[in-house]
Amino acid sequence: MSLRSTLAAAALALLTLAPVAYAVQPDEVLSDPVLEERARGISAGLRCLVCRNENIDDSHAELARDLRLLVRERLVEGDTDEEVVDYVVDRFGEYVLLKPTTGGANMLLWLAGPIMALIALFLAFGYLRGRSNAKTGAEDQLTEDEQERLNAILKD
Amino acid sequence: MITELGHFALILAFLVAIVQAIVPLIGAHKRWHGWMAVAEPAATAQFLLTAASFAALTHAFVTSDFSLRLVVLNSHSAKPMLYKISGVWGNHEGSMLLWVLILTLFGACAAWFGGNLPPTLKARVLAVQSAISLAFFAFILFTSNPFLRLAMPPFDGQDLNPLLQDPGLAFHPPFLYLGYVGLSMAFSFAVAALIEGRVDAAWARWVRPWTLAAWVFLTIGIALGSWWAYYELGWGGFWFWDPVENASFMPWLVAAALLHSAIVVEKREALKSWTILLAILAFGFSLIGTFIVRSGVLTSVHAFANDPERGVFILFILAFFMGGALTLFAARASAMEAKGVFGVVSRESALVFNNILLAVAAFVVFFGTLWPLMAEMFFDRKLSVGAPFFNMAFTPFMVVLGALLPFGSMLSWKRANGGRVAKSLVPLVVLAIAVAALAYAIQTERTALGPIGLLLGAWMISGAALDLWGRTGRSGNRFARLFRLPGADWGKAVAHAGLGITFIGIAGLMAWDQEDIRVVNVGEPFELGGYQFVLSDVQQVQGPNYISTTGVVELGMNGRQLTTLYPEKRVYPVAQMPTTEAAIDNGFLRDIYVVIGDPQADGGWAVRTYIKPLANWIWAGSIIMALGGCFSLADRRFRVAAGARKAAMKGVPAE
Repeated sequence: MSLRSTLAAAALALLTLAPVAYAVQPDEVLSDPVLEERARGISAGLRCLVCRNENIDDSHAELARDLRLLVRERLVEGDTDEEVVDYVVDRFGEYVLLKPTTGGANMLLWLAGPIMALIALFLAFGYLRGRSNAKTGAEDQLTEDEQERLNAILKD
Repeated sequence: MITELGHFALILAFLVAIVQAIVPLIGAHKRWHGWMAVAEPAATAQFLLTAASFAALTHAFVTSDFSLRLVVLNSHSAKPMLYKISGVWGNHEGSMLLWVLILTLFGACAAWFGGNLPPTLKARVLAVQSAISLAFFAFILFTSNPFLRLAMPPFDGQDLNPLLQDPGLAFHPPFLYLGYVGLSMAFSFAVAALIEGRVDAAWARWVRPWTLAAWVFLTIGIALGSWWAYYELGWGGFWFWDPVENASFMPWLVAAALLHSAIVVEKREALKSWTILLAILAFGFSLIGTFIVRSGVLTSVHAFANDPERGVFILFILAFFMGGALTLFAARASAMEAKGVFGVVSRESALVFNNILLAVAAFVVFFGTLWPLMAEMFFDRKLSVGAPFFNMAFTPFMVVLGALLPFGSMLSWKRANGGRVAKSLVPLVVLAIAVAALAYAIQTERTALGPIGLLLGAWMISGAALDLWGRTGRSGNRFARLFRLPGADWGKAVAHAGLGITFIGIAGLMAWDQEDIRVVNVGEPFELGGYQFVLSDVQQVQGPNYISTTGVVELGMNGRQLTTLYPEKRVYPVAQMPTTEAAIDNGFLRDIYVVIGDPQADGGWAVRTYIKPLANWIWAGSIIMALGGCFSLADRRFRVAAGARKAAMKGVPAE
């Protein structure tokens, strides 16, 4: 990478990082604590699109702030939590969801852990039964080297 | 001149690595002692040359030699000395050099301290280790050379990313690399054993200290990173399930599994092929982590500036070592039959369950981390997998792990009486439930997370104590005996208790965190969670390479002054980046965390205040876990020649 392209990348990084404000600002907070609580909950599950891996609640980016305000706007207008999330997903795609849906191929993601755990348990029980029924007394076998050394020692 | 010598030393090290990767391997195969003996001096030479190269780069940073491209991009003459030095590894090229420095250090240690290894095994271990360093020397020299000069040196540098100018983060990468790279020893031992075709108790005893050391370093490295995130990012988050964090967490989980399965190999000569597989995978996850950080395929908060060429190179390294090792494993694993016999209820089987839980948990993290990539490639869906997924999918395995741990760790070897152990644990169950009930009663929010976390934590800590106490026998002076117990016993109890403490910290912080965001005028008091705060002043302070806006916040309780906090907002003019420096009043049961934000149009300042219950327990627990690992490492059984020791052990009943 040349120095110039590095500089360009750094400048780009600055643009996206340049914080206008730090996360939720006092002027964003809704006066109704119940609504605000819901807004925070929703924000924690939405990804800041220009950041690398942050939710909009923690993000410093201008775009995250816009999204936070949008979420609050919808809530004030009486949307349910699901309606707000759907509204955001309609506009930005499922990329915005930090918790992926369970639809379609994503089933694989959600079930991967439990399925793997079941397979592992199944194998482990088989293994353990084998171990507990195995014959005792398979004595350590010496390698040729060790046999040689043993013979040498015994000869002395 | 020094720079060129450093560059030259690096090239020489590369050449030595070629020799060390080939000659001892042939020697071990043909039983040529002269060829095998090449490995030891070569390993030492490789380390010394790499160290010289690293020293040369450090010299360039310390003296701010702006004719070096890397120094220009990552340093500045006004930067404090600590960060000039940490700037060496605060970038891609320098951190790769640190990576191989540690790799060659481990290789040299194996040469220096491996006196009791059979000569062929030792030669093979060192050859495999050298093959790894060879690959990374090539990577550095051909794609990421830190010693490139600039034709027109500028007057000053562009400064290190200010977020990295922090004591916690200065030492985070070296510890992390010591851990990542330490796992290469387990890998080299596993591959060497596969080539030898022999895995026995002695092998497990040689591998365990290396794995343990790597795990201890990883624990410290991860804890440092998480602690840094907590105080530096401005809102007290400690874990984000970011791809790069996951990249360090997966090897940690697998290394923890490996530590435990190696015990079974050592005691019972069973689980051999599984242990070998874990040793290969543990280092595989380290390499995957390196790939994730440096290729940029997954967007993450702390990836280095990266380009695809490097990613492809690392992918080749990964494919070569994993492909090679796993092929060898497939060919040879069946030859390693288990010897020991044990019941379904026994310590051995408890360790098998430990391995299942840790390995599946690592798999969940792995799958979740790579899922966005797979979904895009195979299903054409662009999606994210973030913290909410991992919290849901990962936590259950840890809950089960915590619940089973005290029981499993007290079962006796070979054939255990589960009922008796369960009976002895009844008081602990009562204690743990009492703690949880108390937490439930006094908490203001009705969440289950906090009480459950406290329950598990109390259960694990008291279980560790009971386990240790149980080792002192039945009568006589048990206290005196307690302090004469082997280091491994203490290590086990301390590490398990540390995990319990971390559980408590995580649950407490996540369940009972309190937050307050407001505009505060100077002199105006406000309150949160029973504490009173007054922003008494806001000052402009000039730092060495930054300008700071420092708030002075008086903290009090019931009208009594407790302390003064100084939250800062810094601007680094050279890097043109602001950072927040939260002011934290650390306490045993809670942290008070104050952040100052921007001045408001109508006067006053945005101030964010948090009460973080039990926050310090997270890192205290991690450090205690690492300490447990150190106790175990200090156990003299690791230091005594394993072969000689084994003969003496015959006739002594299994623990």
